[in-house]
Amino acid sequence: MAGVRVLVGTRKGAFILTSDAKREHWNISGPQFTGWEIYHFKGSPVDPNRLYASQSSGWFGQIIQRSDDGGKTWHQPGTPPGEPTKTPEGMPKGESNKFVYDTSPETGKPLTTHQWYDGTPHPWEFKRVWHLEPSLTDPDTVYAGIEDAALFRSTDGGKTWQELSGLRGHGSGPHWQPGAGGMCLHTILLDPSNQKRIFTAISAAGAFRTDDGGKTWQPINRGLHSLYIPNPTAEVGHCVHRIAMNRARPNVLFMQKHWDVMRSDNAGDSWQEISGDLPTDFGFVIDVHAHEPETVYVVPIKSDAEHFPLDGKLRVYRSRTGGNEWEPLTKGLPQNDCYVNVLRDAMAVDSLDKCGVYFGTTGGQVYASADAGDSWTPIVRDLPAVVSVEVQTLP
Amino acid sequence: MIRVTLPPHLRKLAHVEGEVLLNVPGPVTQRSVLDALEESYPMLRGTIRDHVTQKRRAFVRFFACAEDLSHESPDSPLPDAVVNGNEPYMIVGAIAGG
Repeated sequence: MAGVRVLVGTRKGAFILTSDAKREHWNISGPQFTGWEIYHFKGSPVDPNRLYASQSSGWFGQIIQRSDDGGKTWHQPGTPPGEPTKTPEGMPKGESNKFVYDTSPETGKPLTTHQWYDGTPHPWEFKRVWHLEPSLTDPDTVYAGIEDAALFRSTDGGKTWQELSGLRGHGSGPHWQPGAGGMCLHTILLDPSNQKRIFTAISAAGAFRTDDGGKTWQPINRGLHSLYIPNPTAEVGHCVHRIAMNRARPNVLFMQKHWDVMRSDNAGDSWQEISGDLPTDFGFVIDVHAHEPETVYVVPIKSDAEHFPLDGKLRVYRSRTGGNEWEPLTKGLPQNDCYVNVLRDAMAVDSLDKCGVYFGTTGGQVYASADAGDSWTPIVRDLPAVVSVEVQTLP
Repeated sequence: MIRVTLPPHLRKLAHVEGEVLLNVPGPVTQRSVLDALEESYPMLRGTIRDHVTQKRRAFVRFFACAEDLSHESPDSPLPDAVVNGNEPYMIVGAIAGG
């Protein structure tokens, strides 16, 4: 029987929430990786039992975890304990948490600095993996968006990672600056119709696209207008919070920018604002209905200084017109004294009919709607702060 | 055998309980102990020292015999009490914040 598996990353571990297709009764398992931050946690579209998780800690750095049985058991995909860490030839074996920027002469891009908050040069320093995006065709291939912003790829199930350095090597790299949350590559969208096309987004550099599998990249920020940077329409420097697409229509992208909700109908070549009648257009998450490509969801947040819902009312806004006209969805959501945030990776949709929508809050609630947003129920109320929510629709 | 204590997060990661016992060939220094630890528990590579620079991570500290060794040379000999197994070499997550 069909069902869903919701993968929840929190500040203190990972949780898996499962239900049948009715999505009324939930089984909650976890926490896994207790005490560690799980920035992101996602399954392979090819093999739903293959899960990847980004586990990190300010003390002990980055760990990559992998499950091959749908989250029942986990392992670090590098060298197992007790086995030699070097091959007989003396070469180091896979180290799944080793993310080293490409500075090789072959790529010709020995980038050494980006800009710090004050505009001074700052060395690139690996901090953590913000987002893991498994390939649409190969369970052993997975992309990682990291801080300081760069894109890495593993083709051996997470054992080793290599930078796609053409992104950082784009001429604008030395001018990128961090957003308030750090200089993170947080969004990776793979085009289901074109294996060589990938979209990424970086705070606060903007959105980028490759059409050749990651060798070369171009900024796709035309039409963005950001009042907080010296040139509001600059080619790079925009604080993009999240981009979403409907897989059936990959040329249409929806963006939640720092302020402004945006739309592109030409794969990011140009954008127009679709904030329309939203009460505030600051926010982090954005997602698209699985079957209705003009139905879009956002969670407006009061402002960049006050990261909580306007008037203490937690409201998802839905547009059925591809933007501009928005309706508040409130049934089942707290409508007073609610001061949580919904972080950029913490919303997802399933592909059941009706489409399920899920989001998690910094207050530890995970809300689910089994009717495309018309009504909501908390699956859980008291988890640690939720950083990411993904959902798998299981056969 | 060299006794090493790990902070709870790393014990969990390495799937060990209590102290770790290591056979350290050659001179017993912080570097040789950490090399032996990572050889036995490769999942700890990068969690105590940076993969590339081999520098101690900022919020990790090293103690032995009630002394903070965090800023000592990684190639200085460890105290005899650690070498002969009377005292553990302690890897500690620094307390930061409230």
